[in-house]
Amino acid sequence: MSARTLAESVPPVTDLPESKQPRQTNRFSGLWERSQTLIPTLAALVLLFGMLIYAEIAYGRVFHAGTMSSLLVSFAPTIILAVGMTIVIVSAGIDLSVGAVVAFSSVAGVMLMNIGVNGWISMLLMIVFGAIFGLISGVMIQYFNVQPFIATLAMMFLARGLASILSTTPVIAPEDSPILLLATDWKIIDGPKVNDFTITPGLLIALLVVLGGMFFMHRSRSGRTVYAIGGNEGSAQLMGLPVARTRVWIYVVSGALAGLAAVVYTAEVGGKAQNVTGIGWELDAIAAVVIGGTLLTGGYGYVLGSIVGVFVLAALRLIITKDGTINPEYLTIITGAVLLVFVLLQRALTRRRAS
Amino acid sequence: MSRVKTALRTPWFWAIIGIAVLLLINSIKNPAYLALSVNPTTGLLTGNVLDILRVSAPIIMIALGMTFVIATEGIDLSVGSMMAVGGAVAMQTLATIDDPTSPSAMFAAIGLALALAIVLGAINGLLVAVVGLQPFISTLIMMLAARGIARVITDGQNTNATNEPFRQLSNGQILGLPTSFVIAIAIVLIIAFFMRRTALGLMIESIGINPHASRLAGIRPRPILFGVYILSAALAAVGGLFSVSEVMTVSVSGTGNLMELDAILAVVIGGTSLAGGKFSILGSTIGALLIATLNKTVLFLGIPAAATPAFKALVIIALVLLQSERIRSFAFGRAKPKGTPPGPAKADESAPVTKEKEVVA
Repeated sequence: MSARTLAESVPPVTDLPESKQPRQTNRFSGLWERSQTLIPTLAALVLLFGMLIYAEIAYGRVFHAGTMSSLLVSFAPTIILAVGMTIVIVSAGIDLSVGAVVAFSSVAGVMLMNIGVNGWISMLLMIVFGAIFGLISGVMIQYFNVQPFIATLAMMFLARGLASILSTTPVIAPEDSPILLLATDWKIIDGPKVNDFTITPGLLIALLVVLGGMFFMHRSRSGRTVYAIGGNEGSAQLMGLPVARTRVWIYVVSGALAGLAAVVYTAEVGGKAQNVTGIGWELDAIAAVVIGGTLLTGGYGYVLGSIVGVFVLAALRLIITKDGTINPEYLTIITGAVLLVFVLLQRALTRRRAS
Repeated sequence: MSRVKTALRTPWFWAIIGIAVLLLINSIKNPAYLALSVNPTTGLLTGNVLDILRVSAPIIMIALGMTFVIATEGIDLSVGSMMAVGGAVAMQTLATIDDPTSPSAMFAAIGLALALAIVLGAINGLLVAVVGLQPFISTLIMMLAARGIARVITDGQNTNATNEPFRQLSNGQILGLPTSFVIAIAIVLIIAFFMRRTALGLMIESIGINPHASRLAGIRPRPILFGVYILSAALAAVGGLFSVSEVMTVSVSGTGNLMELDAILAVVIGGTSLAGGKFSILGSTIGALLIATLNKTVLFLGIPAAATPAFKALVIIALVLLQSERIRSFAFGRAKPKGTPPGPAKADESAPVTKEKEVVA
């Protein structure tokens, strides 16, 4: 208690004179240090553009407003999950429960709408359900010293099992439900024929989540605490940062974002919810975060990098569907291989920094 | 009295109580639950208990492999996919050879399945021991990749095959017990012998306790880490063989799906600490039996099979909470916990303050 009041009474030190005028060598070494942490993200960007250009040359119609907007809309839930996962992984944790939480939230939410609960309140409750799963994981991890992946694996099974208890057959939201409004097409650029750039409110929500995530991680005090926990928890504790409270919040936010992803996804598929939704989505989110340059050991990472990671996965899927000769069976192997390459790249970079 | 106390402290003692309670619940629902009878057409014993033993065989296999991986402070999330790989290789081999009676086809299938699993296990070992990746991310990647490999092997089909000797693995009986269960127990005994009668088990535990210190003590961690991941993959493939031989079909997305939690759960129930450093082979085996009983009980009570994960999750949450220092010190009234829990515990913070106040008063 006393530690926290002390930390709050000390003003944030932002403009020390030496940080304003660094010596030349310091600036260069700082630049080198920064660019090193950016290498995986830059590699992901290069890969992304390489893949898109390859796809454009090989199959055509890729840099095409229609293709791009449908790709973006279909990956909106993954974008939301990736933002949550970035926060968790930067704090040196992991959240394996997000896919199952999407399943539970969507089934529970649609069932609430079907028994006559107001659609907007149901959508809010979907987010709350996600937050509750996150709260349980967070409390287990922080106060009972359970490893993050065990705690969230347990939540994954709990959420999946509860979704199956609610219904093992698809449930469909009523036709006048406001959730369907989230999938309305908004034409931004009216191109020739079907070549329109359209976005949906769901995609807009994903965009807001990305902006919110960037602000939280890079501009807010709690965001700095997340980085501090991931860098060295003991030091963060000794500095008087609110480690316990922040860590529980990290998992609550991740769970709530999974609930929000459930809202966006359910809207996009026309209000249909199933207990088997979201199998493997946690892996997509983790892969996106890792490809985007966030260190699995915590402490380094960018929200925007994870979005690049999502686009890499999206481009991968685009190429495989456009090609048609690649066996869809290979998709998981290719995703695994890309993930492995980026993990190895991270490993090589961190090892060099350590030595 | 002291013996009772030791029994109460043994984790697998509670697992046996759990099995008994579940069997009791089933017996209350149907008093004939535990009865055995002879099937007139095949002349074999049938009964719910034998069913439980048969479905427990694959779980015992993956739990055994997971025990050693967890004892080195690692984790193997790829066991479920590895089961699918083992099953897919076996079914594809049997379907290609297409000789319904030949035992040599069975041995070819088993040999190829084990060989591929050993290669994949070695990749896990390479990533963990040589490259130095975190075990859970290396095996998570393998979990993705191995499931894909199983799909590629069968071309995305759920291959089925006929081979009587292979079918007997799960459907045959030795002395009234399912063959797969007898083989599983034999494998457990052989491995337990090597682990406990040689220094191997101690070396594995020492890596889990402190890799640096064990290295200074002259134990080379690399071959041992390679060994545990290869063993885990090979045992998972055996588990996959057992589970496909039951129906003689491999379901590339269903075989071994979500079984990695079963394995982790069985190991934790058996008293192996997730922090590494000690393992109990007997405990993991009994833990696997508890999981099999739980699976069958949920089905027997008419709850949809897809809901079983929720019950397992509740069991694992209860277990990890019981393992945590905070609950232990609270429940058993021990003095200060040994390991400092991360994060200031509210109770811990307020405790010294109240003491001081008492002193002042």
